[in-house]
Amino acid sequence: MSVLDGLEVGQVVAERVFPLTRDSLVRYAGASGDFNPIHYRDDVAAAVGLPGVLAHGMLTMGFAVQPVIDWLDARGWVSDYQVRFTRPVVVDPQLGAVVTVTATVGAVDDTGARIDLTATYSDQTVLGKAQVRVTAFA
Amino acid sequence: MPVNPELTERAFAPTAPYLVGREKVREFARAVFATAPLHHDPEAARAAGFADVVAPPTFPIVIAEATLQQLLAEPDAGIDFSRVVHGDQRFTYTRPIVAGDELTATLRVTSIKSLGGNSMVTSESAMTDVEGEHVVTSISTLVIRGDES
Repeated sequence: MSVLDGLEVGQVVAERVFPLTRDSLVRYAGASGDFNPIHYRDDVAAAVGLPGVLAHGMLTMGFAVQPVIDWLDARGWVSDYQVRFTRPVVVDPQLGAVVTVTATVGAVDDTGARIDLTATYSDQTVLGKAQVRVTAFA
Repeated sequence: MPVNPELTERAFAPTAPYLVGREKVREFARAVFATAPLHHDPEAARAAGFADVVAPPTFPIVIAEATLQQLLAEPDAGIDFSRVVHGDQRFTYTRPIVAGDELTATLRVTSIKSLGGNSMVTSESAMTDVEGEHVVTSISTLVIRGDES
């Protein structure tokens, strides 16, 4: 059965909550090779005028698509993915930060669908125009 | 120093080939909370029709890092990295990346714009496999904040 069967625009296909800690940022720094200290050093973040240590934008982009992949369950693949970084995610050293991602069907055609992502932290969206093109396996 | 508008005319050499390793895919997958079996388990990936574990969609940023360094290394680029903010990012695929792929990235600066004292530099890193076939293009816009007045 195709992942596209019965899919309707506006339908929420997945939702997931991502609790981030400073450990998450250090892990992403190591895995990605992005060692910009604003992602793990409070003194450096403060010196450049930031409200605190920030999650890498690419970390947020990286996990925000995961609910879509889990929903796909190998019935298709992500053939295009884009985001704009609109607001930073400040990760508190003790409390961390919680980002909630909702994936909604934006458009459906014969070969795939556009899934729109909403990523929310502290009641504000942190990604703009976050769109995932999924291509269905026949 | 403003961003050099002539960067869009410049030809950059392809990067050294990047061999996508299974453990690197797993490590990156853990870092982006990717729990789907096809990122971790070769058998699950094969069952889904892939040769080996599949890299998460944003994995090419690891490879694009080499092209970013090329851009920043241009002595006349006029890009102060301490003022750089990532504005937007896109990955456009021809096929998924799997462990065992050997990818070469070629950088092209596609646009340079000024907006309210900031500069916006858009670049593409096109990644090809050993056969020279396109796999994915990473498209990034960097915002370089202007001098504070």
